[in-house]
Amino acid sequence: MGIIKTDKLTFEYIRRDEEGNVEGITRAVDEVDLDVAQGEFIAILGHNGSGKSTLAKHINAILYPTEGTVWVDGMDTQDELHLWDIRQEAGMVFQNPDNQIIGQVVEEDVGFGPENMGVPTKEIWERVEESLKAVGMYEFRKHSPNKLSGGQKQRVSIAGVIAMHPKCIILDEPTAMLDPNGRKEVIRAVRALNDVEGITVVLITHYMEEIIHADQVFVMDRGHIAMEGTPREIFSRVDELKELRLDVPQVTLLAHELRKQGVNLPEGILTIEEFVEALGKCRS
Amino acid sequence: MIRDITLGQYYQADSVIHRLDPRVKLVATIGFIISLFVVDSWVGYVAAALFLACMIKLSKVPFSYMVKGMRAIVFILMITVVFNLFLTPGEPLVSVWKLTITKEGLRIAVMMAVRLSFLIVGSSLMTLTTTPNSLTDGMEKLMKPLKYVKVPVHEIAMMMSIALRFIPILLEETDKIMKAQIARGADFESGNLIKKAKAMVPLLVPLFISAFRRANDLAMAMEARCYRGGEHRTKMKPLCYRAADRAAYGVLLAYFAGCVAIRIWL
Repeated sequence: MGIIKTDKLTFEYIRRDEEGNVEGITRAVDEVDLDVAQGEFIAILGHNGSGKSTLAKHINAILYPTEGTVWVDGMDTQDELHLWDIRQEAGMVFQNPDNQIIGQVVEEDVGFGPENMGVPTKEIWERVEESLKAVGMYEFRKHSPNKLSGGQKQRVSIAGVIAMHPKCIILDEPTAMLDPNGRKEVIRAVRALNDVEGITVVLITHYMEEIIHADQVFVMDRGHIAMEGTPREIFSRVDELKELRLDVPQVTLLAHELRKQGVNLPEGILTIEEFVEALGKCRS
Repeated sequence: MIRDITLGQYYQADSVIHRLDPRVKLVATIGFIISLFVVDSWVGYVAAALFLACMIKLSKVPFSYMVKGMRAIVFILMITVVFNLFLTPGEPLVSVWKLTITKEGLRIAVMMAVRLSFLIVGSSLMTLTTTPNSLTDGMEKLMKPLKYVKVPVHEIAMMMSIALRFIPILLEETDKIMKAQIARGADFESGNLIKKAKAMVPLLVPLFISAFRRANDLAMAMEARCYRGGEHRTKMKPLCYRAADRAAYGVLLAYFAGCVAIRIWL
Protein backbone atom coordinates (compact mmCIF):
# COMPACT_ATOMS: atom_id res chain seq x y z
CA MET A 1 0.00 0.00 0.00
CA GLY A 2 1.25 3.46 -0.91
CA ILE A 3 1.35 6.56 1.21
CA ILE A 4 -2.12 7.62 0.12
CA LYS A 5 -4.72 5.07 -0.81
CA THR A 6 -8.42 5.47 -1.33
CA ASP A 7 -10.90 2.69 -1.85
CA LYS A 8 -14.23 3.54 -3.50
CA LEU A 9 -14.11 6.96 -1.86
CA THR A 10 -17.50 8.65 -2.13
CA PHE A 11 -18.56 11.96 -0.67
CA GLU A 12 -21.98 13.54 -0.78
CA TYR A 13 -22.95 17.11 0.02
CA ILE A 14 -26.47 17.40 1.30
CA ARG A 15 -28.15 20.59 0.18
CA ARG A 16 -30.83 21.90 2.49
CA ASP A 17 -33.41 24.62 2.05
CA GLU A 18 -34.05 27.28 4.69
CA GLU A 19 -36.15 25.03 6.90
CA GLY A 20 -33.45 22.39 6.89
CA ASN A 21 -35.28 19.94 4.64
CA VAL A 22 -33.12 17.97 2.30
CA GLU A 23 -33.31 19.52 -1.14
CA GLY A 24 -30.97 17.23 -2.91
CA ILE A 25 -27.76 15.34 -2.66
CA THR A 26 -24.69 16.19 -4.69
CA ARG A 27 -22.10 13.52 -5.18
CA ALA A 28 -18.88 15.51 -5.20
CA VAL A 29 -16.62 12.48 -5.26
CA ASP A 30 -17.85 9.23 -6.68
CA GLU A 31 -16.08 5.92 -6.06
CA VAL A 32 -12.54 7.14 -6.53
CA ASP A 33 -9.70 4.65 -6.23
CA LEU A 34 -6.28 6.17 -5.82
CA ASP A 35 -2.94 4.71 -4.87
CA VAL A 36 0.03 7.02 -4.50
CA ALA A 37 3.50 5.65 -3.79
CA GLN A 38 5.94 7.40 -1.47
CA GLY A 39 8.02 10.02 -3.28
CA GLU A 40 5.75 10.40 -6.29
CA PHE A 41 4.60 13.66 -7.82
CA ILE A 42 0.90 13.36 -8.55
CA ALA A 43 -1.23 15.92 -10.31
CA ILE A 44 -5.00 16.03 -10.17
CA LEU A 45 -6.64 18.02 -12.93
CA GLY A 46 -10.20 19.06 -13.43
CA HIS A 47 -12.37 22.06 -14.14
CA ASN A 48 -14.38 23.82 -11.43
CA GLY A 49 -16.77 21.56 -9.58
CA SER A 50 -15.12 18.34 -10.68
CA GLY A 51 -14.58 17.28 -7.08
CA LYS A 52 -10.83 17.65 -6.96
CA SER A 53 -10.75 19.93 -3.90
CA THR A 54 -13.21 17.71 -2.06
CA LEU A 55 -10.96 14.77 -2.76
CA ALA A 56 -7.96 16.70 -1.41
CA LYS A 57 -9.71 17.53 1.85
CA HIS A 58 -10.23 13.83 2.48
CA ILE A 59 -6.52 13.14 2.47
CA ASN A 60 -6.01 15.60 5.32
CA ALA A 61 -8.99 14.29 7.31
CA ILE A 62 -10.84 17.59 7.03
CA LEU A 63 -13.71 15.77 5.35
CA TYR A 64 -14.67 12.17 6.00
CA PRO A 65 -15.92 9.85 3.28
CA THR A 66 -19.65 9.14 3.06
CA GLU A 67 -18.69 5.73 1.75
CA GLY A 68 -15.38 4.03 1.17
CA THR A 69 -12.09 4.49 2.96
CA VAL A 70 -9.01 6.70 2.81
CA TRP A 71 -5.68 5.56 4.22
CA VAL A 72 -2.74 7.84 4.80
CA ASP A 73 0.44 5.91 5.50
CA GLY A 74 -1.68 2.93 6.47
CA MET A 75 -3.90 4.90 8.87
CA ASP A 76 -7.63 5.11 8.26
CA THR A 77 -8.66 8.79 8.28
CA GLN A 78 -11.85 7.98 10.14
CA ASP A 79 -9.86 6.62 13.06
CA GLU A 80 -9.87 9.48 15.56
CA LEU A 81 -6.85 8.09 17.37
CA HIS A 82 -4.66 8.89 14.38
CA LEU A 83 -6.29 12.19 13.40
CA TRP A 84 -3.32 14.36 14.41
CA ASP A 85 -0.76 11.93 13.00
CA ILE A 86 -2.56 12.06 9.67
CA ARG A 87 -2.70 15.84 9.65
CA GLN A 88 1.00 15.97 10.44
CA GLU A 89 1.97 13.45 7.77
CA ALA A 90 -0.25 14.89 5.07
CA GLY A 91 0.27 18.64 5.03
CA MET A 92 -2.10 20.83 3.08
CA VAL A 93 -1.67 24.11 1.24
CA PHE A 94 -4.81 25.99 0.25
CA GLN A 95 -5.74 28.34 -2.54
CA ASN A 96 -5.93 31.73 -0.89
CA PRO A 97 -2.59 32.69 0.64
CA ASP A 98 -4.15 35.37 2.86
CA ASN A 99 -6.57 32.99 4.50
CA GLN A 100 -4.03 30.46 5.67
CA ILE A 101 -1.27 32.55 7.17
CA ILE A 102 -1.82 32.83 10.90
CA GLY A 103 1.34 34.58 12.05
CA GLN A 104 2.01 38.28 11.74
CA VAL A 105 5.66 37.60 11.00
CA VAL A 106 6.81 35.02 8.46
CA GLU A 107 8.84 32.94 10.91
CA GLU A 108 6.04 32.86 13.48
CA ASP A 109 3.68 31.54 10.87
CA VAL A 110 6.07 28.79 9.83
CA GLY A 111 6.45 27.86 13.50
CA PHE A 112 2.70 27.53 14.01
CA GLY A 113 2.44 23.91 12.90
CA PRO A 114 5.38 22.60 14.99
CA GLU A 115 4.04 24.57 17.97
CA ASN A 116 0.72 22.77 17.68
CA MET A 117 2.50 19.46 17.51
CA GLY A 118 4.35 20.13 20.72
CA VAL A 119 7.84 20.22 19.23
CA PRO A 120 10.49 21.54 21.68
CA THR A 121 11.41 25.21 21.22
CA LYS A 122 14.95 24.65 20.00
CA GLU A 123 13.81 22.20 17.36
CA ILE A 124 11.06 24.56 16.18
CA TRP A 125 13.70 27.13 15.32
CA GLU A 126 15.76 24.56 13.42
CA ARG A 127 12.70 23.43 11.51
CA VAL A 128 11.65 26.99 10.68
CA GLU A 129 15.10 27.82 9.38
CA GLU A 130 15.38 24.68 7.30
CA SER A 131 11.91 24.95 5.78
CA LEU A 132 12.23 28.63 4.95
CA LYS A 133 15.52 27.84 3.24
CA ALA A 134 13.90 25.01 1.33
CA VAL A 135 11.44 27.41 -0.31
CA GLY A 136 13.96 30.25 -0.62
CA MET A 137 12.21 32.60 1.79
CA TYR A 138 14.80 32.69 4.57
CA GLU A 139 15.71 36.34 3.94
CA PHE A 140 12.08 37.28 4.56
CA ARG A 141 11.76 35.55 7.92
CA LYS A 142 11.27 38.80 9.84
CA HIS A 143 8.82 40.34 7.36
CA SER A 144 5.11 40.80 7.71
CA PRO A 145 3.20 38.47 5.38
CA ASN A 146 1.00 41.38 4.28
CA LYS A 147 3.94 42.94 2.50
CA LEU A 148 4.85 39.88 0.44
CA SER A 149 3.70 39.09 -3.08
CA GLY A 150 1.21 36.31 -3.69
CA GLY A 151 3.86 33.84 -4.80
CA GLN A 152 5.99 34.62 -1.75
CA LYS A 153 3.02 34.20 0.58
CA GLN A 154 2.26 30.87 -0.95
CA ARG A 155 5.88 29.79 -0.50
CA VAL A 156 5.60 30.75 3.16
CA SER A 157 2.50 28.59 3.43
CA ILE A 158 4.43 25.72 1.91
CA ALA A 159 7.26 26.28 4.38
CA GLY A 160 4.68 26.20 7.18
CA VAL A 161 3.66 22.76 6.05
CA ILE A 162 7.20 21.45 5.54
CA ALA A 163 8.11 22.52 9.07
CA MET A 164 5.74 19.84 10.30
CA HIS A 165 7.91 17.24 8.51
CA PRO A 166 5.11 15.69 6.48
CA LYS A 167 5.55 12.64 4.31
CA CYS A 168 3.31 14.09 1.69
CA ILE A 169 1.94 17.49 0.88
CA ILE A 170 -1.32 18.27 -0.84
CA LEU A 171 -1.59 21.54 -2.69
CA ASP A 172 -5.14 22.59 -3.45
CA GLU A 173 -4.88 24.98 -6.40
CA PRO A 174 -1.97 26.83 -4.82
CA THR A 175 -1.47 28.99 -7.89
CA ALA A 176 -5.05 29.87 -8.76
CA MET A 177 -4.81 33.37 -7.31
CA LEU A 178 -1.30 34.19 -8.48
CA ASP A 179 0.17 35.97 -11.47
CA PRO A 180 2.30 33.97 -13.95
CA ASN A 181 5.54 34.82 -12.15
CA GLY A 182 4.15 33.81 -8.78
CA ARG A 183 2.92 30.59 -10.32
CA LYS A 184 6.35 29.71 -11.62
CA GLU A 185 7.92 30.49 -8.23
CA VAL A 186 5.54 28.21 -6.40
CA ILE A 187 5.78 25.35 -8.84
CA ARG A 188 9.58 25.55 -8.74
CA ALA A 189 9.48 25.34 -4.94
CA VAL A 190 7.12 22.37 -5.06
CA ARG A 191 9.28 20.53 -7.56
CA ALA A 192 12.35 21.10 -5.44
CA LEU A 193 10.56 19.56 -2.46
CA ASN A 194 9.77 16.50 -4.47
CA ASP A 195 13.21 16.16 -6.05
CA VAL A 196 15.42 17.13 -3.14
CA GLU A 197 13.49 16.18 -0.03
CA GLY A 198 11.61 13.28 -1.55
CA ILE A 199 8.26 14.47 -0.22
CA THR A 200 5.25 13.00 -1.98
CA VAL A 201 3.38 15.81 -3.74
CA VAL A 202 -0.27 15.87 -4.72
CA LEU A 203 -0.81 18.96 -6.84
CA ILE A 204 -4.35 19.97 -7.62
CA THR A 205 -4.65 22.49 -10.39
CA HIS A 206 -6.38 23.46 -13.56
CA TYR A 207 -3.28 24.87 -15.22
CA MET A 208 -1.97 22.26 -17.59
CA GLU A 209 1.56 23.69 -17.73
CA GLU A 210 2.05 22.82 -14.09
CA ILE A 211 1.59 19.11 -14.46
CA ILE A 212 4.25 18.47 -17.08
CA HIS A 213 6.68 17.31 -14.42
CA ALA A 214 4.27 15.01 -12.62
CA ASP A 215 4.88 11.27 -12.49
CA GLN A 216 1.22 10.50 -12.73
CA VAL A 217 -1.79 12.59 -13.71
CA PHE A 218 -5.42 12.05 -12.81
CA VAL A 219 -8.11 13.98 -14.60
CA MET A 220 -11.34 14.35 -12.68
CA ASP A 221 -14.77 15.02 -14.06
CA ARG A 222 -18.01 15.10 -12.07
CA GLY A 223 -16.49 13.22 -9.17
CA HIS A 224 -15.00 10.43 -11.27
CA ILE A 225 -11.49 9.87 -12.42
CA ALA A 226 -11.92 10.32 -16.14
CA MET A 227 -8.34 9.85 -17.31
CA GLU A 228 -5.18 8.61 -15.71
CA GLY A 229 -1.61 8.27 -16.91
CA THR A 230 1.70 10.03 -17.35
CA PRO A 231 1.56 13.64 -18.58
CA ARG A 232 2.65 12.48 -22.02
CA GLU A 233 -0.13 9.93 -22.20
CA ILE A 234 -2.68 12.45 -21.02
CA PHE A 235 -1.58 15.14 -23.41
CA SER A 236 -1.68 12.86 -26.37
CA ARG A 237 -5.45 12.67 -25.87
CA VAL A 238 -6.10 16.28 -26.81
CA ASP A 239 -9.65 15.78 -28.01
CA GLU A 240 -10.73 14.04 -24.82
CA LEU A 241 -9.20 16.80 -22.73
CA LYS A 242 -11.10 19.39 -24.71
CA GLU A 243 -14.31 17.50 -24.07
CA LEU A 244 -13.57 17.74 -20.35
CA ARG A 245 -13.25 21.52 -20.78
CA LEU A 246 -9.54 21.59 -20.03
CA ASP A 247 -6.99 23.69 -21.88
CA VAL A 248 -4.03 21.96 -23.39
CA PRO A 249 -0.66 23.79 -23.34
CA GLN A 250 -0.30 25.82 -26.53
CA VAL A 251 2.71 23.94 -27.83
CA THR A 252 0.99 20.59 -27.32
CA LEU A 253 -2.05 21.89 -29.13
CA LEU A 254 0.06 23.21 -31.98
CA ALA A 255 1.81 19.87 -32.35
CA HIS A 256 -1.52 18.12 -32.26
CA GLU A 257 -2.98 20.34 -35.01
CA LEU A 258 0.13 19.98 -37.15
CA ARG A 259 -0.05 16.23 -36.78
CA LYS A 260 -3.63 16.28 -37.93
CA GLN A 261 -2.50 18.17 -41.02
CA GLY A 262 -0.05 15.41 -41.78
CA VAL A 263 3.18 16.72 -40.26
CA ASN A 264 5.14 13.83 -38.82
CA LEU A 265 5.28 14.79 -35.12
CA PRO A 266 4.99 12.49 -32.12
CA GLU A 267 1.91 12.82 -29.86
CA GLY A 268 2.11 14.38 -26.43
CA ILE A 269 4.76 17.06 -26.89
CA LEU A 270 5.04 18.95 -23.62
CA THR A 271 7.66 21.67 -23.93
CA ILE A 272 8.79 24.15 -26.54
CA GLU A 273 12.29 22.63 -26.60
CA GLU A 274 10.86 19.22 -27.33
CA PHE A 275 8.70 20.67 -30.08
CA VAL A 276 11.62 22.43 -31.73
CA GLU A 277 13.67 19.26 -31.62
CA ALA A 278 10.88 17.13 -33.07
CA LEU A 279 10.24 19.68 -35.78
CA GLY A 280 13.94 19.71 -36.65
CA LYS A 281 13.93 15.95 -36.94
CA CYS A 282 11.02 15.79 -39.34
CA ARG A 283 12.58 18.41 -41.60
CA SER A 284 15.80 16.48 -42.00
CA MET B 1 -7.70 57.16 3.53
CA ILE B 2 -8.96 54.06 5.25
CA ARG B 3 -5.50 52.59 5.53
CA ASP B 4 -4.22 55.47 7.59
CA ILE B 5 -5.27 53.81 10.79
CA THR B 6 -1.99 52.53 12.13
CA LEU B 7 -3.49 51.46 15.42
CA GLY B 8 -2.70 47.84 16.03
CA GLN B 9 -0.14 47.53 13.26
CA TYR B 10 3.34 46.30 13.80
CA TYR B 11 6.23 48.53 12.76
CA GLN B 12 9.31 46.53 11.85
CA ALA B 13 12.48 47.84 13.53
CA ASP B 14 15.22 46.60 15.79
CA SER B 15 15.18 48.56 19.03
CA VAL B 16 15.41 48.09 22.76
CA ILE B 17 11.65 48.46 23.04
CA HIS B 18 11.01 45.92 20.31
CA ARG B 19 13.15 43.37 22.09
CA LEU B 20 11.46 43.78 25.48
CA ASP B 21 9.30 41.01 26.84
CA PRO B 22 5.67 41.64 25.82
CA ARG B 23 4.57 41.24 29.42
CA VAL B 24 6.76 44.19 30.37
CA LYS B 25 5.23 46.27 27.60
CA LEU B 26 1.70 45.30 28.57
CA VAL B 27 2.26 46.11 32.22
CA ALA B 28 4.02 49.32 31.23
CA THR B 29 1.15 50.39 28.99
CA ILE B 30 -1.40 49.76 31.71
CA GLY B 31 0.88 51.49 34.19
CA PHE B 32 1.28 54.46 31.87
CA ILE B 33 -2.48 54.77 31.36
CA ILE B 34 -3.09 54.66 35.10
CA SER B 35 -0.36 57.22 35.63
CA LEU B 36 -2.17 59.59 33.24
CA PHE B 37 -5.14 59.53 35.57
CA VAL B 38 -3.03 59.71 38.70
CA VAL B 39 -1.34 62.97 37.79
CA ASP B 40 -3.51 66.07 37.67
CA SER B 41 -0.98 68.86 37.45
CA TRP B 42 1.03 70.29 34.57
CA VAL B 43 4.24 69.05 36.11
CA GLY B 44 2.77 65.54 35.98
CA TYR B 45 1.86 65.87 32.33
CA VAL B 46 5.31 67.15 31.49
CA ALA B 47 6.71 64.10 33.25
CA ALA B 48 4.39 61.82 31.29
CA ALA B 49 5.26 63.59 28.04
CA LEU B 50 8.97 63.19 28.75
CA PHE B 51 8.54 59.53 29.57
CA LEU B 52 6.55 58.96 26.39
CA ALA B 53 9.01 60.94 24.26
CA CYS B 54 11.91 58.85 25.59
CA MET B 55 10.05 55.64 24.82
CA ILE B 56 9.23 56.77 21.28
CA LYS B 57 12.84 57.75 20.75
CA LEU B 58 14.02 54.37 22.03
CA SER B 59 11.51 52.49 19.90
CA LYS B 60 12.87 53.95 16.64
CA VAL B 61 9.31 54.26 15.32
CA PRO B 62 9.03 57.53 13.40
CA PHE B 63 6.86 60.04 15.24
CA SER B 64 4.96 60.89 12.06
CA TYR B 65 3.88 57.26 11.84
CA MET B 66 2.12 57.60 15.17
CA VAL B 67 0.54 60.93 14.39
CA LYS B 68 -0.99 59.36 11.32
CA GLY B 69 -2.71 56.84 13.57
CA MET B 70 -4.05 59.69 15.68
CA ARG B 71 -6.14 61.03 12.83
CA ALA B 72 -8.68 58.28 13.35
CA ILE B 73 -9.54 59.50 16.82
CA VAL B 74 -9.59 63.23 16.12
CA PHE B 75 -13.38 63.14 16.02
CA ILE B 76 -13.72 61.54 19.46
CA LEU B 77 -11.12 63.93 20.75
CA MET B 78 -13.07 66.92 19.43
CA ILE B 79 -16.32 65.76 21.04
CA THR B 80 -14.64 65.36 24.41
CA VAL B 81 -13.01 68.75 24.16
CA VAL B 82 -16.18 70.53 23.08
CA PHE B 83 -18.35 68.98 25.78
CA ASN B 84 -15.87 69.66 28.52
CA LEU B 85 -15.27 73.16 27.24
CA PHE B 86 -18.89 74.26 27.30
CA LEU B 87 -20.54 72.11 29.92
CA THR B 88 -18.25 72.48 32.89
CA PRO B 89 -19.71 74.84 35.49
CA GLY B 90 -17.41 77.40 37.08
CA GLU B 91 -15.94 80.86 36.67
CA PRO B 92 -16.99 82.18 33.21
CA LEU B 93 -14.19 83.19 30.89
CA VAL B 94 -15.83 83.95 27.54
CA SER B 95 -19.56 83.97 26.91
CA VAL B 96 -21.11 83.89 23.47
CA TRP B 97 -24.91 83.61 23.21
CA LYS B 98 -25.90 80.67 25.43
CA LEU B 99 -22.48 79.07 25.38
CA THR B 100 -20.06 79.83 28.15
CA ILE B 101 -16.48 78.80 28.38
CA THR B 102 -15.39 78.55 31.95
CA LYS B 103 -11.90 78.57 33.35
CA GLU B 104 -12.42 75.11 34.81
CA GLY B 105 -13.89 73.93 31.52
CA LEU B 106 -10.87 75.10 29.58
CA ARG B 107 -8.56 73.41 32.03
CA ILE B 108 -10.43 70.13 31.94
CA ALA B 109 -10.82 70.21 28.16
CA VAL B 110 -7.12 70.68 27.58
CA MET B 111 -6.29 68.06 30.17
CA MET B 112 -8.70 65.58 28.62
CA ALA B 113 -7.24 66.19 25.18
CA VAL B 114 -3.73 65.67 26.47
CA ARG B 115 -4.75 62.59 28.43
CA LEU B 116 -6.55 61.00 25.51
CA SER B 117 -3.84 61.65 22.97
CA PHE B 118 -1.15 60.38 25.34
CA LEU B 119 -3.29 57.34 25.97
CA ILE B 120 -3.61 56.60 22.28
CA VAL B 121 0.04 57.25 21.51
CA GLY B 122 1.10 55.20 24.53
CA SER B 123 -0.97 52.19 23.64
CA SER B 124 -0.22 52.36 19.93
CA LEU B 125 3.46 52.41 20.86
CA MET B 126 2.89 49.02 22.39
CA THR B 127 1.14 47.58 19.36
CA LEU B 128 3.66 49.18 17.00
CA THR B 129 6.61 47.57 18.72
CA THR B 130 5.11 44.20 19.59
CA THR B 131 3.97 41.63 17.10
CA PRO B 132 0.39 40.63 17.81
CA ASN B 133 1.55 37.09 18.35
CA SER B 134 3.97 37.99 21.10
CA LEU B 135 1.42 40.45 22.47
CA THR B 136 -1.15 37.74 22.83
CA ASP B 137 1.53 35.41 24.18
CA GLY B 138 2.22 38.00 26.83
CA MET B 139 -1.44 38.39 27.61
CA GLU B 140 -1.92 34.67 27.76
CA LYS B 141 0.87 34.34 30.26
CA LEU B 142 -0.21 37.31 32.36
CA MET B 143 -3.77 36.03 32.52
CA LYS B 144 -2.77 32.45 33.22
CA PRO B 145 -4.07 32.51 36.81
CA LEU B 146 -7.56 33.06 35.36
CA LYS B 147 -7.44 29.55 33.95
CA TYR B 148 -8.27 28.22 37.38
CA VAL B 149 -11.61 30.01 37.28
CA LYS B 150 -12.31 28.40 33.89
CA VAL B 151 -11.52 31.39 31.68
CA PRO B 152 -10.43 30.07 28.24
CA VAL B 153 -7.26 32.15 28.30
CA HIS B 154 -5.52 30.52 25.35
CA GLU B 155 -8.60 30.72 23.14
CA ILE B 156 -9.12 34.40 23.91
CA ALA B 157 -5.48 35.12 23.13
CA MET B 158 -5.70 33.23 19.84
CA MET B 159 -8.86 35.08 18.82
CA MET B 160 -7.23 38.41 19.55
CA SER B 161 -4.16 37.60 17.54
CA ILE B 162 -6.22 36.46 14.56
CA ALA B 163 -8.45 39.52 14.73
CA LEU B 164 -5.37 41.73 14.71
CA ARG B 165 -3.85 39.87 11.81
CA PHE B 166 -6.98 40.36 9.71
CA ILE B 167 -7.42 44.08 10.38
CA PRO B 168 -5.18 45.22 7.50
CA ILE B 169 -6.59 42.58 5.18
CA LEU B 170 -10.18 43.55 5.87
CA LEU B 171 -9.34 47.23 5.58
CA GLU B 172 -7.83 46.64 2.20
CA GLU B 173 -10.91 44.69 1.26
CA THR B 174 -13.20 47.50 2.43
CA ASP B 175 -11.24 49.85 0.23
CA LYS B 176 -11.63 47.52 -2.71
CA ILE B 177 -15.38 47.02 -2.24
CA MET B 178 -15.83 50.75 -1.78
CA LYS B 179 -14.07 51.47 -5.05
CA ALA B 180 -16.06 48.78 -6.80
CA GLN B 181 -19.32 50.25 -5.53
CA ILE B 182 -18.26 53.80 -6.37
CA ALA B 183 -17.42 52.63 -9.88
CA ARG B 184 -20.99 51.42 -10.16
CA GLY B 185 -22.45 54.68 -8.98
CA ALA B 186 -22.63 54.28 -5.21
CA ASP B 187 -22.30 57.50 -3.27
CA PHE B 188 -20.62 57.37 0.14
CA GLU B 189 -19.84 61.03 0.49
CA SER B 190 -22.95 63.20 0.15
CA GLY B 191 -26.19 63.36 2.10
CA ASN B 192 -26.99 63.57 5.78
CA LEU B 193 -25.98 61.09 8.43
CA ILE B 194 -28.89 58.72 7.86
CA LYS B 195 -28.32 58.70 4.13
CA LYS B 196 -24.64 58.03 4.66
CA ALA B 197 -25.41 55.19 7.06
CA LYS B 198 -27.75 53.69 4.49
CA ALA B 199 -25.07 53.98 1.84
CA MET B 200 -22.88 51.75 4.02
CA VAL B 201 -25.16 48.75 3.56
CA PRO B 202 -23.85 47.75 0.12
CA LEU B 203 -20.39 48.05 1.64
CA LEU B 204 -20.99 46.06 4.80
CA VAL B 205 -22.89 43.14 3.32
CA PRO B 206 -20.13 41.97 0.96
CA LEU B 207 -17.55 42.72 3.65
CA PHE B 208 -19.32 40.50 6.17
CA ILE B 209 -19.75 37.70 3.67
CA SER B 210 -16.10 37.80 2.77
CA ALA B 211 -15.08 37.95 6.43
CA PHE B 212 -17.08 34.80 7.17
CA ARG B 213 -15.60 33.08 4.17
CA ARG B 214 -12.12 34.00 5.32
CA ALA B 215 -12.87 32.78 8.84
CA ASN B 216 -14.02 29.49 7.44
CA ASP B 217 -10.90 29.10 5.30
CA LEU B 218 -8.63 30.07 8.15
CA ALA B 219 -10.24 27.63 10.56
CA MET B 220 -9.71 24.88 8.04
CA ALA B 221 -6.09 25.88 7.46
CA MET B 222 -5.46 25.93 11.21
CA GLU B 223 -6.98 22.50 11.68
CA ALA B 224 -4.96 21.18 8.77
CA ARG B 225 -1.88 22.35 10.63
CA CYS B 226 -2.81 20.36 13.71
CA TYR B 227 -4.26 23.20 15.76
CA ARG B 228 -6.25 21.79 18.67
CA GLY B 229 -6.39 24.49 21.29
CA GLY B 230 -3.86 25.27 23.97
CA GLU B 231 -3.11 21.77 25.18
CA HIS B 232 0.07 19.97 24.10
CA ARG B 233 1.24 23.20 22.55
CA THR B 234 4.84 24.35 22.77
CA LYS B 235 6.10 27.83 22.08
CA MET B 236 8.45 28.93 19.37
CA LYS B 237 9.29 32.02 21.37
CA PRO B 238 8.76 31.15 25.02
CA LEU B 239 8.70 34.16 27.28
CA CYS B 240 11.40 34.56 29.86
CA TYR B 241 12.55 37.74 31.54
CA ARG B 242 16.06 38.95 30.80
CA ALA B 243 18.18 41.67 32.35
CA ALA B 244 16.72 44.32 30.03
CA ASP B 245 13.20 43.37 31.09
CA ARG B 246 14.05 43.66 34.76
CA ALA B 247 15.67 47.02 34.13
CA ALA B 248 12.52 48.12 32.26
CA TYR B 249 10.37 47.15 35.23
CA GLY B 250 12.71 49.27 37.35
CA VAL B 251 12.32 52.28 35.05
CA LEU B 252 8.56 51.86 35.03
CA LEU B 253 8.42 51.63 38.80
CA ALA B 254 10.55 54.74 39.15
CA TYR B 255 8.31 56.64 36.72
CA PHE B 256 5.15 55.51 38.47
CA ALA B 257 6.53 56.40 41.88
CA GLY B 258 7.46 59.79 40.46
CA CYS B 259 3.91 60.34 39.25
CA VAL B 260 2.46 59.41 42.62
CA ALA B 261 4.95 61.71 44.32
CA ILE B 262 3.98 64.58 42.01
CA ARG B 263 0.33 63.97 42.80
CA ILE B 264 0.92 63.98 46.53
CA TRP B 265 3.41 66.80 46.94
CA LEU B 266 2.69 69.18 44.09
